[in-house]
Parts: sequence; C-alpha cells; structure tokens
Amino acid sequence: MLAPDAPAKRAELSRFFRSAHGRIGLVLLCGLLACAVFAGRLVPADPFASVGRALSPPSLIHPMGTDDLGRDLLAGVAHGMRTSLFVAFMVTILAGSIGIPLGTLAAWRGRLVDDALMRVTEFVQVVPRFFLAVIVIALFGPGVDRLIVLLGLTSWPWIARVVRAEVLSLKHREFVEAARSMGARPSRVLVREVLPNALPPVVVVVSLNAAGVILLEAGLSFLGLGDPDIVSLGYLANNAQGFLRVAWWMAAFPGAAIALAVLSLNLLGDGLNDALNPRGAL
Amino acid sequence: MQVLPTVAGLLLLNFCIVHLAPGDPVVALGGEHGDAAHHAFLRARFGLDRPLPAQLATYVTNVLRGDLGISFVQGRAVISVIGERLPATLLLVSTALLLSSVAGVALASLTARLRRPWADLALSAGALLGHATPSFWLGQLALLTLAVGTGLFPVQGMTDARQPSTGFRHLLDVLHHLALPALVLAANELALTTRLVRTGLREALDTDYVRTARAKGLSDGLVIRHALRNVMLPVVTVVGGRIGMLFSGAVLVEVVFAWPGLGRLLLSSLLARDYPVLLGMLLFVALGVVLANLITDIVYAWLDPRIRYQ
Repeated sequence: MLAPDAPAKRAELSRFFRSAHGRIGLVLLCGLLACAVFAGRLVPADPFASVGRALSPPSLIHPMGTDDLGRDLLAGVAHGMRTSLFVAFMVTILAGSIGIPLGTLAAWRGRLVDDALMRVTEFVQVVPRFFLAVIVIALFGPGVDRLIVLLGLTSWPWIARVVRAEVLSLKHREFVEAARSMGARPSRVLVREVLPNALPPVVVVVSLNAAGVILLEAGLSFLGLGDPDIVSLGYLANNAQGFLRVAWWMAAFPGAAIALAVLSLNLLGDGLNDALNPRGAL
Repeated sequence: MQVLPTVAGLLLLNFCIVHLAPGDPVVALGGEHGDAAHHAFLRARFGLDRPLPAQLATYVTNVLRGDLGISFVQGRAVISVIGERLPATLLLVSTALLLSSVAGVALASLTARLRRPWADLALSAGALLGHATPSFWLGQLALLTLAVGTGLFPVQGMTDARQPSTGFRHLLDVLHHLALPALVLAANELALTTRLVRTGLREALDTDYVRTARAKGLSDGLVIRHALRNVMLPVVTVVGGRIGMLFSGAVLVEVVFAWPGLGRLLLSSLLARDYPVLLGMLLFVALGVVLANLITDIVYAWLDPRIRYQ
C-alpha cells in the first residue's frame, strides 16, 4: 500500500456517499448540529423561562408541549441537544488527544513501553465509568466540565488500542521500510508515513465512541448528575418521570432526540467504515 | 488479563478517590467549631493521623476481610447493605443477558436461513434503532404504552404490595414485574448480539467448510449450527466485555421501574452523599467486571480448543 494520494481520497469520498448509512447519518447529524448551533434563534424561548400553561400538550405554539412549570419543551430539547453534542465533541477531543499518542507510542516503542501502556489501558477499561462518574460527581458536585474530563479520561483506551493495532501493522510495511532506508528520521517516518495511514480506522472508532458518550451523558443527567444550570436531554427525561401518566410528550421528545443523535453518529461511523476500511468491519 | 494487579489497582483507585475528595471527615464528624483536642482525638480514633501507606494497608486488609465500612445513613455494614440489594439486580441483569443472547442468536440464524433481503433489512434497521435507544427512554415508552396504557404489566416494584403472595404465586408475581424491565434492558444488548451474529454468520456461510458441509447434503439448520460455533467467539468477547455497561443500564432501568436493586440504592446513596456505600458499589461492580472477563476467557477457551491458558 502506498501513502494515500488525491485519487484514493476521492475514491474514499465516493464510497462514503455510496453508503446509505453514511449519507443518512451525515444529513441527520448536520440537521442536529444546526439545531444545536442555532438553538437560541430557532426557538426564541429561554429553556428555563415559563412561557405557557403548565403541562399543555403539543400544539402550534408549543410544538413539543410544555412541562410542569410551563416551560417550552422544544426550547429545552434544542438547548439539550447543544449540551449533548458539546459534551460528545469535547470528550472526543480529550480522548483522542490521549489515546492517539499513547497508542502510537505503545506500538512504535514496543516491548516494555508497550506492555506498560497496554496494562494501563486494560485497567481503565475494567473500571465501570458510569459508577465512577456517579461517585466523582457526588464528591465534587455536578458540572459539565468535570463530566467532560471524567468521560474523556475513561474513553481513550478503545482509541489507543485501535491506533496501536494500526501502527503495529504498518510499522514494517514496504513503504515505511523504503522511507527508512532512504534515511528519513524515525520521527519523520512516523509523522509522514505511518500516522496518515493509521488514522482512518480511528475516525470510525471516534464517531462510534461519541455516540456512546452521548448515551452515557444522558444516563448520568437522567440520574440528576448534570449541571443544574444547563438544560440537558437526560435532565428533561428525568423530569418527565414524575408526569408519565399525565404528559407523555415530556418523556417522548427528549428521549427521541437522544436516540436520533446516537443513531446519526452510529450511521456516520458505519458509512466511514464502509469508505475507509472497504475490506471489513472493525 | 491479570486479575491480581487489576484488583490491586481497583483498591488503590478507591482509596485515592476518598483521599482526593474535598472536605475533612474529622470536621464533618466533630463539627466546624469543635475544639482542637476533640478533632485530634477523632483523628487518632479513626487512624487518620497515620501515614497514608499505613492507612492504605489497613484499608486493603479490611476489604479483603469483607469489611467495606459503615453506611453513613443506615449505620450498618456496607457489605450487608449492598448484599441485600444485589440479588434483585443480578436477577434483572442475568435475565436480560439470557434473553438477549438466546433471542439474538435465534433472530440472526432465522434471517440467515430465510435469505430474504427484507428480513436482513428489518434486522439491521432494528439493530441500529435498538442500539441507539437509551434504556431509560425505552423503559418510559414501555411504561407509557404497556403498563399505564393497557394495564397488562405492573408499573413499578418487584412484587404486588396490595396482594402479598407466597410460593408459586409469588414466583409468578415476581416474573410479571420482571418482564418489562428485563425486556427493556435486554433490548440494547439484543441489538448488538444480533448484529454481531448476523455479520459473523454472513462471513462464515461463505467459507470452505460450510461449502463442504452443504456439498455433503447437510440441512440448512445443521450448517448454521456448524457455523455458529465459530461465530460465537467474537460474540462471547463482546458480550463479556459489556457486563459493566449492563450494570449501568440496569441502574437506569431500575430507576424507571422502581426495581428494588442496586440502582435505587445508588440513587438514594447519591442523594444522601453516602460515600461508603457508593465506593463499595464501585468496587463491587468493578470486581464483577473482572470476574466476567475471567469467565469470558474460560468460555473462549472452551469454544476454541486451540486456545490454552497457562
């Protein structure tokens, strides 16, 4: 395999758009992103402001109805989507910036470094992060910042393992040996030859991981562990729990929004997998 | 995976969390304005004046003896507080695991036998949706439609409080209450298992040994049974690795259905800041995950005779 050039990139792009999963996922995600980014303008209401009668069912004025305090649910869902996607994005960046260097280091150095790093990776994977998050938030108080740090610090192992496997398989390929034999410094071989080819499968894992993070965040805020000053979808679902018999809409819409967000990222991951690893699934 | 270093790491992690936490337990016990002598007495009484390594050693020996401390709220040993709630959660988790594994393999084999595009499409669409749905939302939807809507299933709890029953009727009552939470918890796993088995079967049915089996005139059902044994390897790994996820899913489902297990205990301990119970639960679930990994390895070796552990 040679380092990717322009035609290969174009082929990947066209394979991505040929995959139905990829197309649907991309469109869905863009729509949700737009909702999140323009939440303040799409829905003029402040998600915390009481704007109508309490517990009124979906209508033209309140397309998703109102909650027990007369707050517009559509505004809540749009702002909650913003929180969910923001957390997923930040966690992904944090997890990637830990997992990619560690995975590369483990594979590139090998032996002792590899052993040590893989033991740490296995250990972090054993720790039940949901329960750990509950304790950390119970001790330090709720907040989006600590949630991001905690989920980031516990979701890098998966990324690290995939990076490690990729770098290991590329390390002794012909084109890498060729670069080495031409006298390129190891750091140059790593950055210019190995990493660009190792990262595509990582993109797939990263998008699937982001989907998992959205579910985790929703679950934690469903338990009331989210930031009380920021609307989140899990908080809305938790609030609905007490009104299941009288206001189905309070439970239906926030949950559906979470499912849509997760679905879009999973589909995107599938599409990327079709495009970047045409020979098989991860 | 080495069990002992992992367990040691878990104990160390638990110990660190307690010591990193803000606030001084002595101030909490003796009051903010308590006199210095009393604080010093409390500090010595609970061994908090000793160096950290000595405290760690005490902590580890206590845990090894099964002593996880005393619950702040209930004033009883943490291990018995958790032990009381554990059976309900284990019942829920194991039922869900059993349901999702059996139904997942059955569904995937069925679509493989049908060989119809619509069946494949329905299966993958169902799997995608099932995988994306948060368990607590599925629980709420099930409550709205099946419990509140039709009254077919009880809304909450593990038994009917209005009609206490014994013997066989009691068993039926528990099963009736178990049905919805277990199905909801199983849905996520079912989606994953079905997808894994279906992908594996699709590849396996294309291999030479399957072609040979077909050429010998074996029926479809038998061929799939041959192929399944090889397909089960990755499935066992993935399912075994998801025990931790299953427990956190159980917590959320238990909250929705008011199932009297660890989830309810977690929530009430969280609201009451009952740290010993929370930490005990973290340790319990983490040990459960380690145990599940160990069992996964054993099952793996049993399924694939080429793997031998020293």
